[in-house]
Amino acid sequence: MNILRSLGKRLPGPRWGVISVPYVWLLLFFAIPFLIVLKISFAKLAIAMPPYTPILEYIDEALTLKLNLGNYTALFTDSQYIQAYLSSIKIAAISTFLALLVAYPIAYVIARLPPSSRNIAMMLVVLPSWTSFLIRVYAWIGILKNNGLLNNLLMKIGIIDEPLQILYTPLAAYIGIVYCYLPFMVLPLYTNLVKHDNRLLEAAYDLGAKPWKAFFSITLPLSKAGIIAGCMLVMIPAVGEFVIPELLGGPDTLMIGRVLWGEFFNNRDWPAASAVAIVMLILLLIPILIFNRVQQRELEGRLT
Amino acid sequence: MSRVGQRTVNWVVLGLGFAFLYVPVFILMVYSFNESRLATVWSGFSFKWYGELFRDEKMLRAAWISIKVAFWTASAAVVLGTMAALVMTRMRRFPGKTLFGALITAPLVMPEVIIGLSILLMFVSLGQFIGFKPGGILSIWIAHVTFTLAFVTVVVSSRLSELDKSLEEAAMDLGANRIKVFFLITLPIIAPALVSGWLLAFTLSLDDVVIASFVAGPSSTTLPIEVFSSVRRGLSPKINALATLMILVVSVAAFLGWWFMYREEKRRQRDVQLALQENG
Repeated sequence: MNILRSLGKRLPGPRWGVISVPYVWLLLFFAIPFLIVLKISFAKLAIAMPPYTPILEYIDEALTLKLNLGNYTALFTDSQYIQAYLSSIKIAAISTFLALLVAYPIAYVIARLPPSSRNIAMMLVVLPSWTSFLIRVYAWIGILKNNGLLNNLLMKIGIIDEPLQILYTPLAAYIGIVYCYLPFMVLPLYTNLVKHDNRLLEAAYDLGAKPWKAFFSITLPLSKAGIIAGCMLVMIPAVGEFVIPELLGGPDTLMIGRVLWGEFFNNRDWPAASAVAIVMLILLLIPILIFNRVQQRELEGRLT
Repeated sequence: MSRVGQRTVNWVVLGLGFAFLYVPVFILMVYSFNESRLATVWSGFSFKWYGELFRDEKMLRAAWISIKVAFWTASAAVVLGTMAALVMTRMRRFPGKTLFGALITAPLVMPEVIIGLSILLMFVSLGQFIGFKPGGILSIWIAHVTFTLAFVTVVVSSRLSELDKSLEEAAMDLGANRIKVFFLITLPIIAPALVSGWLLAFTLSLDDVVIASFVAGPSSTTLPIEVFSSVRRGLSPKINALATLMILVVSVAAFLGWWFMYREEKRRQRDVQLALQENG
């Protein structure tokens, strides 16, 4: 009996079951796939199924490892790739900044509503993102088209004489990204702003500070964690965005997500698509690490 | 600034913000009742695009596949996400917890093209070893559970970390083991978070076009893939009709979810009040 009991103690308990099921799932379907992408990024395009050469071969008792760097050298010598990376970062950064400008006042006002109205207001902010993302992008096509609603309205009022070309320009991509990602910016800002102690602002007013001065020297610095979380939540996925530039941006809006899509689906060049993905991951690594740290603190018990 | 001025500014900010969020969706819904094929010229009220939509068998088949995938995705993601949330909020450090945390939070921001590509390449490599055939509904399900899991974990963890730990500790002092405490005490309290986590995973899965495009085969085209290819070809009032139906379903579901959570919260508060009164 004693042996059995001590064996029972050695066996993994329920605690390890709870840890290992999601852990194994994520390792198998999220971590290992990245290693496979890394592996295939060093392969060569081949007319076969799957369409790439093996990098590890065992022929005539010789194990050979063939790392093909061609996919990477192509990325750094072909100006089209470099431009795509740069313009993705530019478009993501500008849209993130615009989203912050739109979201901050909304989050600020909602955080100052009476508690009973706050939840309803936040639900109204989040509700559109529960309806299809694709459909919200599609809605803007009808508005921004040359003969669309916005141009018709502006011409009727007499502000413009001929339609503005907005759809199929980078501007349309900015509008789409800000629109679709706005709730992801408002949410962390609101969570942060609602925790602020109002007495700090009152003290500043009592000491004679103007509202703007009080805002810039108290509220804004205190909301830094919310701003960082919101910007990361918008910017990181926006860099790799595919649907919005594809549907709204037109052929001139070059983004790396579209390049990856094109390599994979149109050129069927899986190794090149993998190399594009690996370089994108390296670019996003630092922002993702920052986001992970902020988020993990939040997950483990909101000790900010 | 005067108090009245401040109030006006607040209302203007909220008004503009909500107009920006809702007007595009509202216009989309209005034009689903448009008689004309031209999606931007109003020519009269009609239900004809709804009729066309329900005669489109490809669309209906895709919708059914999407609903099935979303249902099973949400169900699995809630189970795995709750486990992950327990690990993150209730367990002391163990070797590998940092990596676990990174694996949980990274899918929240990871560009979808990268998730889609990597999981497809994994399936293909797996196929070479064990003969797993990628491209079926199972592949989409695995991919969707993997990326929705993170969102469920965030929703459930935030509820778990707000939860009063003394309830669990009291039950443990009275001799209940951890498993019993979880099912009798913790689970009923976090149930609203599980419901909203399930709904969130369901809508995320129902909505995904990029990841599904990578992993889906020709036999498992989902609704977003169908919609995307139709939208690429141009505006179609049929899509407006589909959008309107989806928005109605989502709004009703969101309202029910909100109402359910509101009622639960009220009842819980009342129970706490009663308990306090009895003891006082």
